Amino acid sequence: MNESTRQPIDTGTPAAAPRASSRATDLLWFAVPLLALVLAAAWLVTSDWLSAFNTGAPPVEKLTFERTVLDGDGIHVKVRAGGSGPIAIAQVLVDDAYWTFRQEPAGEIDPLSSAWLHIPYPWVLGEKHDVKVLTRTGVPFVKTIDVAVPTPQAQIGQLGPQALLGIFVGIVPVVIGMLFYPALRHVGSSSMNFVLALTIGLLVFLFIDTLEEALEFAGQTAESFQGTTMVLLVAAAAFLLLFAVGRRHGTPTGLALATYIALGIGLHNFGEGLAIGAAFTAGIAGLGTFLVLGFTLHNVTEGIGIVAPLVDARPSYPAFAGLALLAGAPAIFGIWLGSLSYAPHWAALALAIGAGAILQVIVEVGAYLMRRAGAREGAWLSPGVLAGLGLGIGVMYVTAMLVKV
Amino acid sequence: MRDWIRQKMSRRGLLSGGVLAAAGASFAALLKNQPARAQGDPYAHSTHAMGNAAASHPHAHGNMIAVGDVDSAHNGFDPSKMLTDWETGTVSRLPGGRVLRTFEIAAQDKEIEIVPGVFFPAWTYNGRVPGPTLRATEGERLRIVFRNESSHPHTMHFHGIHSARMDGVPGAGEALPGGEFVYEFDAFPFGCHLYHCHFLPLKRHIHKGMYGAFIIDPDPARHPEQAAVARSRLLGTPENKQWQEFVMVMNAFDTDMDGENEVYAVNTVGHHYMKHPIQIARGKPVRIYLVNVTEFDPINSFHLHANFFDYYDHGTTLTPTLKTVDTVMQCQAQRGILEFTFKEHEIGMYMFHAHQSEFAELGWMAMFDVVEATS
Repeated sequence: MNESTRQPIDTGTPAAAPRASSRATDLLWFAVPLLALVLAAAWLVTSDWLSAFNTGAPPVEKLTFERTVLDGDGIHVKVRAGGSGPIAIAQVLVDDAYWTFRQEPAGEIDPLSSAWLHIPYPWVLGEKHDVKVLTRTGVPFVKTIDVAVPTPQAQIGQLGPQALLGIFVGIVPVVIGMLFYPALRHVGSSSMNFVLALTIGLLVFLFIDTLEEALEFAGQTAESFQGTTMVLLVAAAAFLLLFAVGRRHGTPTGLALATYIALGIGLHNFGEGLAIGAAFTAGIAGLGTFLVLGFTLHNVTEGIGIVAPLVDARPSYPAFAGLALLAGAPAIFGIWLGSLSYAPHWAALALAIGAGAILQVIVEVGAYLMRRAGAREGAWLSPGVLAGLGLGIGVMYVTAMLVKV
Repeated sequence: MRDWIRQKMSRRGLLSGGVLAAAGASFAALLKNQPARAQGDPYAHSTHAMGNAAASHPHAHGNMIAVGDVDSAHNGFDPSKMLTDWETGTVSRLPGGRVLRTFEIAAQDKEIEIVPGVFFPAWTYNGRVPGPTLRATEGERLRIVFRNESSHPHTMHFHGIHSARMDGVPGAGEALPGGEFVYEFDAFPFGCHLYHCHFLPLKRHIHKGMYGAFIIDPDPARHPEQAAVARSRLLGTPENKQWQEFVMVMNAFDTDMDGENEVYAVNTVGHHYMKHPIQIARGKPVRIYLVNVTEFDPINSFHLHANFFDYYDHGTTLTPTLKTVDTVMQCQAQRGILEFTFKEHEIGMYMFHAHQSEFAELGWMAMFDVVEATS
């Protein structure tokens, strides 16, 4: 039926002259549905027939704790409201004691809006505290501070040690991995496929790890943000965008492919940095040598992955340095940001982009591997490639155990 | 990796993290200046930063207090006035000349403010929690006309001596919504008692607010050997006027219905007597009718600062059952009379509170303002 009605219109449209006037008409047609929407909304608001559904139940109240800051003035929490209406915060209890507090801004909190609660509570270093917020209806929302430590402030004095830590867990292992480059150049073409498969394996691990972290942060965000949906859509968008950009001049190979791998790994390391930084905020000031060494070992494989596509090219030393920085330096920024108290939806967003970026390089390295092996049908599924995949995932999995004490 | 953090965030994790840190002193050293600021005194900083509410009274408890004040006018009852608000009903004579005292009570659903800004959907007697303090004299005939204007069936179950028909339990004395029941019995024994709804489920009907104090004053004529003491207890006598009497019902509210109370109080409003201390004239002895109706917790308690009191368990004796104590505990429905004086004390603020610190910090904390003469 569509076909038959469309047919005469298409054929009946004359060439040039009426086009201009019909464009104005087209725009007018856009206004019709908008007008209908406005009318429907106006009717809904004015007629109030929805009151028939009013069961007398109290309003649904949602409150999400986004940030927690502990300092010399006490405890400060940032809360975001959700639910069916504005939320009035009536009282704050800390460890089951009513405590004075100052709300900023004062008054009811509209859905999706946020406010800071400043509580002058004498918290105790290293101990657990519960912050309970009572709304008008007496519904309690609880934030547990598992181990109270002062929230690091953005202080120049702390940036240095944190950067050193970031270099150690981000850049150093990548550089060590890259030092395998001369060795890779000496192995033959068949072994090269093994190394590329190993790269894919480690990227698959990183993809799962990054996505899992992104979803975990998403779970802590206010419900209105639809965390899981947001993470998946952003990851898909990042993947498509990088994929399209990367393919502008054909499939990326050599230095270009290495750069994309470094970018994906860099975003992953940013997330790793956030987590380490958050660990300071959440109460581990003592980060042991064992843990740091674990991260270093875990990330060495990443360096191998970055240089794997470069075996046939011969990049300059600055190019190597650039790749190492791109993959490793985000860990430093991650630690800086993570150690400040930050809202979970930003972390979820950053990690979602990272997941999309890693997926893009998985596809591109896979395509590269298949092209190299393309001469012989099915060769990309050779025992060497399968062993590489398995080893890549296996090494990452086992070394990850070191950092999950 | 997030797993790693969660692990570490536990208390145990902190300790093991500390061990790791000790093992790897080099990295611990990198971070060593971080926790230093925690040793500052947040409390000292905060007192001026916050708390206009706390500052409203010089003896308020620093920042450990609910902010704001409850709108008593909107609630329809004021805990300060409740202390001395005796409901004596209407008195008439039976054919034999005996006193018949009639009380009219209505069950009503009402939203009440139990701590500033927090509202509780209560079930009430006469629109207040606790319900009216019924006060009668030993030996009188009591008639309680109970109308149910609420949405659920209710009863009035008196702790006293009465027949099974008048027990105020399901099947014997319940009033359905819109219905009425008249309880009749003799006022025995004298003492400090209570009444509460005994409809089922009992827990909910009690913690929603259906309870009140029920005081039977001793009849001096029946206790010739202790007539003076009895007269001092009998409302309205010159001896009784020498005393300052207060009724205090220890109650609590579970605002999220999870079987744990969010607010503890005397006479419903948490921290009310911190914000509005109870004035006491130094020279006049104090008598407190103390009733515990707290649901969900096995006991509640009363602790008086800087002083000691005599205690009459259930108020059914004219000699103290406990002498010279400063703390007494009561299980639910237990009650008693406290007698003490500040005669030899300096004037000033004297605290009293539950000596379960948890209850105190959740609202059951109060002040006596001992003055030379009450205004």
